[in-house]
Amino acid sequence: MRKICISVGVLLSLLRAGYGQSVTQPAYESRKLKVEEINIVSSYYQQDGNNSAVTGGIGSEHLTDFAQSIDLVLKTTNRRNREHTLAFDLNIDHYTSASSDQIDPLTVSSASRSDTHIYPSVSWTVHNPDRRTTHGIAVSYSTEYDYKSYGLNLNFAKASADNNREISLKAGAFFDTWKVILPAELRPEGYGSGAHGDRDPVDYKPRNSYNVGLSISQVINKRLQAFLTIEPAFQQGLLSTPFHRIYFQDGAETVERLPGNRLKLPIGFRLHYFMGDRVIVRAFYRYYIDDWGMQAHTINLETPIKLTSFVSVSPFYRFSHQTAVRYFAAYGQHRSTDQYYTSDYDISGFNSQFIGTGLRLAPPGGLLGIGPWQSIELRYGHYVRSTGMVANSITLLAKLK
Amino acid sequence: MNVPITQRALLMGLIVLGLSGCVTVKEYQKNRINDAEMELSARKSEKFEQNFYLYREGAAGANGGKSGGGCGCN
Repeated sequence: MRKICISVGVLLSLLRAGYGQSVTQPAYESRKLKVEEINIVSSYYQQDGNNSAVTGGIGSEHLTDFAQSIDLVLKTTNRRNREHTLAFDLNIDHYTSASSDQIDPLTVSSASRSDTHIYPSVSWTVHNPDRRTTHGIAVSYSTEYDYKSYGLNLNFAKASADNNREISLKAGAFFDTWKVILPAELRPEGYGSGAHGDRDPVDYKPRNSYNVGLSISQVINKRLQAFLTIEPAFQQGLLSTPFHRIYFQDGAETVERLPGNRLKLPIGFRLHYFMGDRVIVRAFYRYYIDDWGMQAHTINLETPIKLTSFVSVSPFYRFSHQTAVRYFAAYGQHRSTDQYYTSDYDISGFNSQFIGTGLRLAPPGGLLGIGPWQSIELRYGHYVRSTGMVANSITLLAKLK
Repeated sequence: MNVPITQRALLMGLIVLGLSGCVTVKEYQKNRINDAEMELSARKSEKFEQNFYLYREGAAGANGGKSGGGCGCN
């Protein structure tokens, strides 16, 4: 019996000693900052119509836009096993607009007959896998000839223990400044054109936008997941466009006038379903309402079909219906007694449809044998609006990893 | 801003239907959920399409695009 007791005692002490030596090193590995992903997007957009707001709801809406974007995503893991992501996004688009040429047709000093719009942004996010949280901050800047914008966004997300649900919160603010360029015939005495070299003064007005967003994503089963988001937004400042003309019933002319506040409430719902082995259904619905009297419904359906493991086509269809804001009327229909007035058909009542397809190639060894060039995607869409406006868009995306 | 009762009911119904049918999916069962085309956001190639919706239609937001900034006035 004594031998047994001694044996058990020795075994227990060995076991204890064993535990004592098994203090594990922390399960982290600090990694250097490295490039995770680069996306290069090029797009060409062209539209035509006959309801230009610059000329009071009539005239050419011809517009072309060549847009280029590059985003660079860098990642690192720190000593506390937190994943840091830095993302740089640079966007440049160059557009020509027939209607903007009518702001000042006599002097050909049109502010943005053609213009280059540049908008970079930088974001930093930190993911903590132990707490399943992600938080981040982003700053953005946007500049056009007559418009500047500074943006700040904060976001926070928390995933469930099984990673099947995530709730996220975000808040953003954009602080913008308009250069108040007026149509040539409506400028007061001594008021400038806003053109380069014109020393006469012009006004500058603010337009600020604030938005918050609450989202929840949920994996429903092995093939189905959903996403719901509510994003109220509030805008304040000069919300009308200063060079949009208005023609009243009595023939008098002025510039667009809209309230100085706007409260918007969009609610979006996504449902993505992997059907069989080859087809994915991406469905999106949005309901929108604001305090200017507009309501809208938007449905988007896209069905990527995997022809092979490396090639997929993605036909899509989007339908949108919106009611007009209560301040809208067509050319020559406004009464001079109205408090607010606009003839901008972008906020009129209409139905729009956008139909097209995408083609995605993602060979395993990289495109053209270039390993890091992971995929390329070409996307074409045709847009028609019940106001008569038509547009075409073609986009090329190259992804490098 | 009164949302019609039918639309509220439809939205709530979708949420309840979606959440009540949820099952726990383990990480190793997520090969389809993790497919690049299943990502729960707009596609990167839709980036500029979202810009022109923002400029050409009054309704904006709740789709991954920005909700302010930039004039989009031409």
